[in-house]
Amino acid sequence: MKSAGRFALYGVGFFVLLALVFVAFGAPVGLSFQRIAEGALATEAGQARTLVKMTPLLLTGLGVLIAWRAGMFNIGGEGQFVMGGLLAMTFAILAKGAPAGFVTVMVLVGSAVGGGLYAYLAAWLQIRRGVQVVISTILLNFIALQCLDGLVRGPLRDPVGGLPQSAALPEAAMLTRFNRQTDLHIGVFLALLMAVIVWIWLSYRRGGYQTRLVGANPRAARAALIPTERIQARAMMISGALCGLAGGVELAGISGRLDAGFDQQWGFLAIPVALLGMLHPLGVVGSSLVFGVLFAGSQNMARVTPGGDRLIFVIQGVAVLAYLALQAIDQRKRWLQTEAV
Amino acid sequence: MNDILIYATPLALAALGETISQKSGVINIGLEGMMLSGAYAATVVTATTGNPWLGMLAGVVVGLVLALAQSAFTLDLALDQVVVGTALNLALLGCTSTLFRAQYGASGSLLSLPMLPRFGPVDPAVVLGLLLVPLFGFILSRSRLGLVVRATGEYPRATEAAGFSVSRIRRIAVAVGGACGGAAGACMVVSAAGSFAEEMTKGYGFVAIAMVTFGRWKPWAVYAASLLIGALEGLQFLLQARGVQVPAQVLLALPYGVALVVLAAVGKGTLAPSALAIPYNKEDR
Repeated sequence: MKSAGRFALYGVGFFVLLALVFVAFGAPVGLSFQRIAEGALATEAGQARTLVKMTPLLLTGLGVLIAWRAGMFNIGGEGQFVMGGLLAMTFAILAKGAPAGFVTVMVLVGSAVGGGLYAYLAAWLQIRRGVQVVISTILLNFIALQCLDGLVRGPLRDPVGGLPQSAALPEAAMLTRFNRQTDLHIGVFLALLMAVIVWIWLSYRRGGYQTRLVGANPRAARAALIPTERIQARAMMISGALCGLAGGVELAGISGRLDAGFDQQWGFLAIPVALLGMLHPLGVVGSSLVFGVLFAGSQNMARVTPGGDRLIFVIQGVAVLAYLALQAIDQRKRWLQTEAV
Repeated sequence: MNDILIYATPLALAALGETISQKSGVINIGLEGMMLSGAYAATVVTATTGNPWLGMLAGVVVGLVLALAQSAFTLDLALDQVVVGTALNLALLGCTSTLFRAQYGASGSLLSLPMLPRFGPVDPAVVLGLLLVPLFGFILSRSRLGLVVRATGEYPRATEAAGFSVSRIRRIAVAVGGACGGAAGACMVVSAAGSFAEEMTKGYGFVAIAMVTFGRWKPWAVYAASLLIGALEGLQFLLQARGVQVPAQVLLALPYGVALVVLAAVGKGTLAPSALAIPYNKEDR
């Protein structure tokens, strides 16, 4: 009951915060809310748009969450997303002519492998060379983006047409869509399935328990003879694989091809999604849905404020700071209470 | 050489400030956002007053204020420095982009600002960077304040026991770091580029953090490390001028790649302040 009350309080707080951000940037509050609601929830197309935006946020959010729960601050969701997309496209080109279903599987597998290996590189750098993951993953993000730009202008460039973009996946290899009017594809179910798997694994399986223990108290983990470094490296690989998979799902679900703007900063946005989801898989489902609504709705808001979607960055950053502060104050209060007894 | 100095100076300023901050035990992941905000503040102030010196000052002030705001989270609430810094970066990236679009249009019309006057070939920002090296070096290793800052980064409990306030010492160090970060961003505008673009700091806040590790927390070495990255940027233009065929993306990725490789090569070592990135809680036992 008490936690439900607190949850409601956070919800109300989030709305107040949204309103404050709108006020601060001179957007009409009532109209902004109305536009977001219309754009994201009112119509079938809007609902589809919300779920389409939620999918990459959920997958990358799950990825970030696993690494962070193991005490690895993976900020490289962006780079892993891009590397996933690149390897997926490479596999798709290699599998040209194969049955469409096989190509789809190759794309999804390739993306997870690409992202996973890229994240493993960062884990290796920390464990073997002492380079903090926070720094290395950020630097790797920039390198991945230049790789993307270079490859779509070079080796992966579509031979037909002069644009700096890769060839399109064959129509049949794209993820199935529910109807012709909207972009909604089965990737959203894949993402939700992943959330359930991550939840079960993290909460009820031995591997997940070890991961959480290593993050919460590495010394205790070592005392229990858990190989902390191997667990952390594994968490990074899974994290990168999920972020990469998000890239593969975007590729096979929405864009169909790569260009320099493929990343859309999903990997970066995943961090607040994971944090506001309280680093819990089911919480992340909720927070990715909330931000899916904001993203889908903010396209409709661009006419009200010039900043448009960039305002979401502000909302995310401020929301995380406010949430962290509330939690810290809460904890302190509880601590003082126990101390007084 | 002069060009290299001009490219390297923003990075060097940010890295020097970060050195002070890290010496006190605080890693400022929000540096990137502070640089970006400093750059934006410098742009607005320079554009409205026409005076690049005021723009520079605005950058410093904004960096300082943001660092103090961040310290409320990292010091007073003892929250994780990496998490707070990441959230701050996100918020500041959004703020600067939104405000910039509101003022100058979505594409960011070509903005041309007055730049700091150069004395002959000498850029005042470069001079500032060169002055800070011996100044910070002296403060850190020769002054009483520097000793306390270093002690706070190594073993905060001891400073507290000696009668100093850990959070006050760290706040001073973080404020210096923020001011330098803001100045670095402002430099990018009024000394290097003469205009503003969304995300113009392109991750150099993080490269600066890498340079602090590479420079082993010594101001002169941190400055030298920053020069290396500046030289790589200079290399781009040199190769293009000579007509050497190298894909532009390789050159653009080079500073990040080199930063990563040198970090991997030097490792973390035992020179890092022992209490780096560990929140200090007075009540903990």
